[in-house]
Amino acid sequence: MEPIDQELDPAEIELPTEPMLLNVGPAHPAMHGTVRIVMELSGESIERCDVQVGYLHRGFEKMCERGTWTQVFPYVDRCNYVSPMLNNVGFALACEKLLGIEVPERCQWYRMALGELARMSDHLTCTGAMAMELGAFTPFLWMIKGREMIWDLMEEETGARLTHSFGRVGGMAHPPTDGFKAHAEAVSAHILEILAEVEQLLLGNRIFLDRLENVGVISVEDAISLGWTGPCLRACGIAYDVRKSHPYMKYGEVEFDVPVGQTGDSFDRFIVRVEELKQSVRIIRQCLARLSDSGPVNVNDPRVILPPKEEVYSSIEGTIQHFKIVMEGLKLPAGEVYAFTEGGNGELGFYIVSDGSGTPYRVRIRPPCFYVTGGLERVITGAMMADVVPAFGSLNMIGGECDR
Amino acid sequence: MGTLKEEEAKILETGQGEGFITTKASDLLAWAQKYSLFMYPFVTACCGMEFMAVSSPRYDFSRFGSEAPRFSPRQSDLLWVVGTIVQRQAPILRRIYEQMAEPKWVLAFGTCASCGGFYDNYACVAGLDKIIPCDIYVPGCPPRPEAVLDGLMLLMDKIASRDRTPATVKPRSDPREDQSLGLVQLRRSRPSTPSV
Amino acid sequence: MAKALVDLIKQKFPADVLEAHSQRGDETVVVYAPRWKDVARFLRDEPRADMSMLVDLTAVDFPDRTPRFEVVAHFYSLSKGHRLRLKARVGDSDGGNAEIDTLSDIWASANWAERECFDMFGVRFAGHPDLRRILLYPEFEGHPLRKDYPADRIQPLVPYREVPDIDKIPPFRTDEGMSFGRQTHAQRASDDDDLN
Repeated sequence: MEPIDQELDPAEIELPTEPMLLNVGPAHPAMHGTVRIVMELSGESIERCDVQVGYLHRGFEKMCERGTWTQVFPYVDRCNYVSPMLNNVGFALACEKLLGIEVPERCQWYRMALGELARMSDHLTCTGAMAMELGAFTPFLWMIKGREMIWDLMEEETGARLTHSFGRVGGMAHPPTDGFKAHAEAVSAHILEILAEVEQLLLGNRIFLDRLENVGVISVEDAISLGWTGPCLRACGIAYDVRKSHPYMKYGEVEFDVPVGQTGDSFDRFIVRVEELKQSVRIIRQCLARLSDSGPVNVNDPRVILPPKEEVYSSIEGTIQHFKIVMEGLKLPAGEVYAFTEGGNGELGFYIVSDGSGTPYRVRIRPPCFYVTGGLERVITGAMMADVVPAFGSLNMIGGECDR
Repeated sequence: MGTLKEEEAKILETGQGEGFITTKASDLLAWAQKYSLFMYPFVTACCGMEFMAVSSPRYDFSRFGSEAPRFSPRQSDLLWVVGTIVQRQAPILRRIYEQMAEPKWVLAFGTCASCGGFYDNYACVAGLDKIIPCDIYVPGCPPRPEAVLDGLMLLMDKIASRDRTPATVKPRSDPREDQSLGLVQLRRSRPSTPSV
Repeated sequence: MAKALVDLIKQKFPADVLEAHSQRGDETVVVYAPRWKDVARFLRDEPRADMSMLVDLTAVDFPDRTPRFEVVAHFYSLSKGHRLRLKARVGDSDGGNAEIDTLSDIWASANWAERECFDMFGVRFAGHPDLRRILLYPEFEGHPLRKDYPADRIQPLVPYREVPDIDKIPPFRTDEGMSFGRQTHAQRASDDDDLN
């Protein structure tokens, strides 16, 4: 060896490198359409990243201030568009809390059943999309088949597959159909079968497990500090479910378990959602058993509920009531309230400020996946580029809710 | 660039020296193009859920040959713009469109992509035709999968006839009301007038 | 439960609590804006409060009041299960001087929530590590959720195309597209008339 070779340390002659800037842009199949992650990579691992949301900001909160309280329902539908009924019910509960009214029992059971169906649709989509992004295309198609069954049921009940706008302040737009119970029971049974098949296919698969276990881990303290709720927080080990901790409607009277994970990795988030699907079926069956076949669905309060059409055309009180509610909007008392329910992604809260007129003064939706996506930076920094896809998929960021 | 090629094709079709072989060749080309559309799904919002439903086995647009989603604009010829386009996303949409090679078509999936929907505010673009040219508009919020398939078949007709005028999908009669069409029997248990 | 919390705050910060009320079971405390961070830190560190989670942080615009903006924070304690709404008022009537301390070093959820509040209202958070727009693009001027920003004032990033008669596109004809079920109600009615 030459003298110069013996003196130099190999580390000294290494060339300095700069981290590579990679833009995982908003138009990307695994970015759920609307998130841009600008990452600095050193080899395969991410040194720093900047998560940019807002590519689906549709001005929901500004639009709510331009109509009436009932006209907010189509907008909230499109916030978390995979479980729109949960948004409808959440907003209706917020308005009813401010009004101080409670809907009849039949409506509560109906709302719970439809809400749990929407939650099932959300979890089916999330787990299916996660599997597809990892290359398992078949379970995705099976989950979509299950979701189509739910959407058929929703179409029978509300008229629309996806964006129903079915909730109203003080009740629902229509009572349950005659075939609702039988149809819902059949759908639930089918979905349990689909879940059994999917579990058989995925949970023993070495590749699937290796890509999800210990990937995208977040500590419990970080998760709480970041404001995570819902399946993402439950995967870390905290059993916080709004339906159990602060029961609303009739959730205190149904029996169900809250699945909790252990390590806070992507696999736990996936499995918590699969288990929640089974618990939702349990809740739906209990709701269907207790849903009565007759009785009023809407609260009997002329200030908020539109009268039946026969009365509008035959009596003067009906006409006036209809006119006032449609033209001026139903009037919520002045003040503010924060009402929270368990949405598909966590604590879905509505903070509404009313000035006493029929137009909302401020409608603030507390989006669970906005805070969850805020933690994405912490989750993927230090991980490898390929881990971003399952980690981000397991967080279930819904663009409409995150950006509103 | 693209328009020049279109005119050349027309000369081939309708020019004085039009021959049997060249007409058949261009028909063959059009037939091949329409049954092998590689799509770029530019998915943003709720219509994406219906897009997933249209691509899944129940409604299945792959039976029309347009199965393969190519997530690169260089390799695709049909741009599906699915969902609301907000002002922040507009430059990206334009860049994706410009990166696609001719011949290319654009399908506006949903009301937000067609005309902005009920989001007439500071944040949204009122229809993607303000940014890029569009061939087929499929209205609906979100559109039913059958409407999307109508739009796709309409696009295939237009490709076959070399027609570049834009068109909108219009609603069709409910098969339930006309059982003589011989379509799927749908179960309806709700009476026609709601009673509260 | 939360009533005891309100009393706790009044005890610890007697001079800084401007208002405290309860509506429909929600306890609300309005504090003096410069003491915002101290009250918040007290809420997290005090064992009887133990507010482990900052659930939401937003603002409301009251243009006919001074101070104009009300910054609203909702807190929740996972261990104790109680909630509190904390408010502070900042801002001149034209929206300037809306400064308040950041909570992002106490709860990480405040990071993005404060960025959104700044984006929508223009409230600045002193000490925030990265205060820039989150939902809107950096070229956007103004703060849309303020009451004086008109909802339909658009600031396009990409200049719009000018296409004449773009909104006069007819729906597709009966000889285009699918071969069955293309008729609308009106056409079927006229067909029935022809048959009868």
